[in-house]
Amino acid sequence: MTPAAITPATRPNDEDYGSANLGHLLVPDTLDISHKVILYLEGVTVSFDGFRALNQLTLTIDAGELRCIIGPNGAGKTTMMDVITGKTRPDSGTVFFGQTLDLTRMSEPEIVHAGIGRKFQKPTIFERHTVFENLELAVKTDKRVRHSLRARLDGLTRDRIDEALRTIRLTHLAHVQAGLLSHGQKQWLEIGMLLVQDPRLLLLDEPVAGMTDAETEHTAELFTSLAGRHSLVVVEHDMAFVAKLASRVTVLHEGSVLAEGRMEEVQNHPRVIEVYLGR
Amino acid sequence: MSDSRPVSLPIVLPDLPPPPRPALLTRMGWTGLALFALLAVVVIPALHLGTAPSHPLHVSGYAVTLGGKILCYAIVAVAMDLIWGFAGILSLGHGLFFALGGYAFGMYLMRAIGTDGVYQSELPDFMVFLNWKELPWYWSGSDHLGVALALVLLVPGILAFVFGYFAFRSRIKGVYFSIITQALTYAFMLLFFRNETGFGGNNGFTDFKRILGFSITTPETRATLFALSAAMLIACLLLCRHLVTGKFGRVLTAIRDAESRVMFIGYQPLWYKLFAWTLSALMTAVAGALYVPQVGIINPGEMSPANSIEIAIWVAVGGRGTLIGPIIGAFAVNLSKSWFTVSFPEYWLFFLGLLFVTVTLWLPGGVVSLWSRLNGDKTS
Repeated sequence: MTPAAITPATRPNDEDYGSANLGHLLVPDTLDISHKVILYLEGVTVSFDGFRALNQLTLTIDAGELRCIIGPNGAGKTTMMDVITGKTRPDSGTVFFGQTLDLTRMSEPEIVHAGIGRKFQKPTIFERHTVFENLELAVKTDKRVRHSLRARLDGLTRDRIDEALRTIRLTHLAHVQAGLLSHGQKQWLEIGMLLVQDPRLLLLDEPVAGMTDAETEHTAELFTSLAGRHSLVVVEHDMAFVAKLASRVTVLHEGSVLAEGRMEEVQNHPRVIEVYLGR
Repeated sequence: MSDSRPVSLPIVLPDLPPPPRPALLTRMGWTGLALFALLAVVVIPALHLGTAPSHPLHVSGYAVTLGGKILCYAIVAVAMDLIWGFAGILSLGHGLFFALGGYAFGMYLMRAIGTDGVYQSELPDFMVFLNWKELPWYWSGSDHLGVALALVLLVPGILAFVFGYFAFRSRIKGVYFSIITQALTYAFMLLFFRNETGFGGNNGFTDFKRILGFSITTPETRATLFALSAAMLIACLLLCRHLVTGKFGRVLTAIRDAESRVMFIGYQPLWYKLFAWTLSALMTAVAGALYVPQVGIINPGEMSPANSIEIAIWVAVGGRGTLIGPIIGAFAVNLSKSWFTVSFPEYWLFFLGLLFVTVTLWLPGGVVSLWSRLNGDKTS
């Protein structure tokens, strides 16, 4: 299983990897994207009881890029996100955020502070907190106990939350318990919780599942507007949505990259057709 | 890719009204608290001291001691609610912290007996009985009230911190955590049952004579300890209420509801849990220290697993996550306990079990949820 199309230009050369020995520089906001690449996965393998969820996966994401990842069930999409966010440690391979941050050696909260936000497949929000409180908890700030003990809501934070509420169109429901929202609104709330963290890289696992067509449309619009300032990795089954994002598409299959390119290129790729139709 | 294109919106929505922030207490809450403070700190001590036993309004020594004891239990219930109701961590070992606080203060009370013990020795009676010639090193300084009070906080506090650090760092949760805390208190009980441990074996500490030079059995001392317990309960309630209405409390309840999400928005649940857990243990220890001079005895039985389970029952009966509910629960269960164990001693445990099952099945929000339920019915 060889990666079909990795652009050689986005591959880190060996010299750059030399600096990666300083991987555990954990100071936030020191993300080094001088080589225009924000995320490197190189030869990542993860096995669960002999089953290879990821098999020598190599993938790079450019700074400011919007990338869609598709693939049949069990292709390793969610496992890949688990590896990037520190939930799962790879058996082998390297995962770098920018040039210097070795994600395989950082804890989940450290990875968040470094600038990676994740939306889960199933919307996970705090159901018993209000929409506003959900965003307040997520907002980028000092998250240590000492700070939380006497945290007051300042104007700047308020503005950020208000802005996020407008973006996710939940202003009128700000003080409603999050558990009462519709499925699509919960998805948006979770996206909003990512936005207020101001991450450099957003990982979005099936963000439009359960959304109405209008909501999906709005989400596509939102993601397109975020690209450039942020890098986005979107895992999605909804092909219409992926087509709408008009981004580069990576097809995963059995834990490694099967094809990569523009949507129509990928759709006409013989191996992709075989994998999708041959099942 | 063009940068920062604003997302189009069909309508311009007005800015939000300020978010409703829970006050420390409502107006009614403050009134209730003031009435309680007046009753417990002024009226009951005054009626106990100022009226003759024949007077219809006289509060007997038995009633004051029982009340003081239950006030200490109520502090434990509040502490338990902070960790169980708000952080979702069920401890079945809080009796240990209570007992350690009690033992630490008991050491002072033992030393304060001086040479008035049965053997008229400087050493506590049980040491003379064991033929010990001098105090073990860990008893040094225990004749000073300040040292004793420091021990009351330090011993349970450090134990809770170290135990909590390793348990939470290993991400031990739910029933596993509960079982380990249960095992911990059981292990300490066995340790304290041994005479060699140096804390009086299965008899523990008793026959206290005086505290700060005042005789421990006088009505004045009794009324003072009662008032102190009430004041401590109010302080703990306000402190917990302050914590849970602030951002710390919202993080804590978020950890209870979805811990992994909390990590993925950048919080380390370990330190939040550890803070709440250690604080809870400290409040419990202070309650134990207030309890011992009032009941006049502390022995390893306080560390028995059943005691710790009973604490959880008070909280469940009163209503988890409400702070006021556990206080009501502690009073309701313990008042019925003292009535039952006099009138129908053999049925008490059946009643306790029945109460727990009933509340769990039909009133999961505890007794206080009745009030909001009735209120809700009225408005709808």
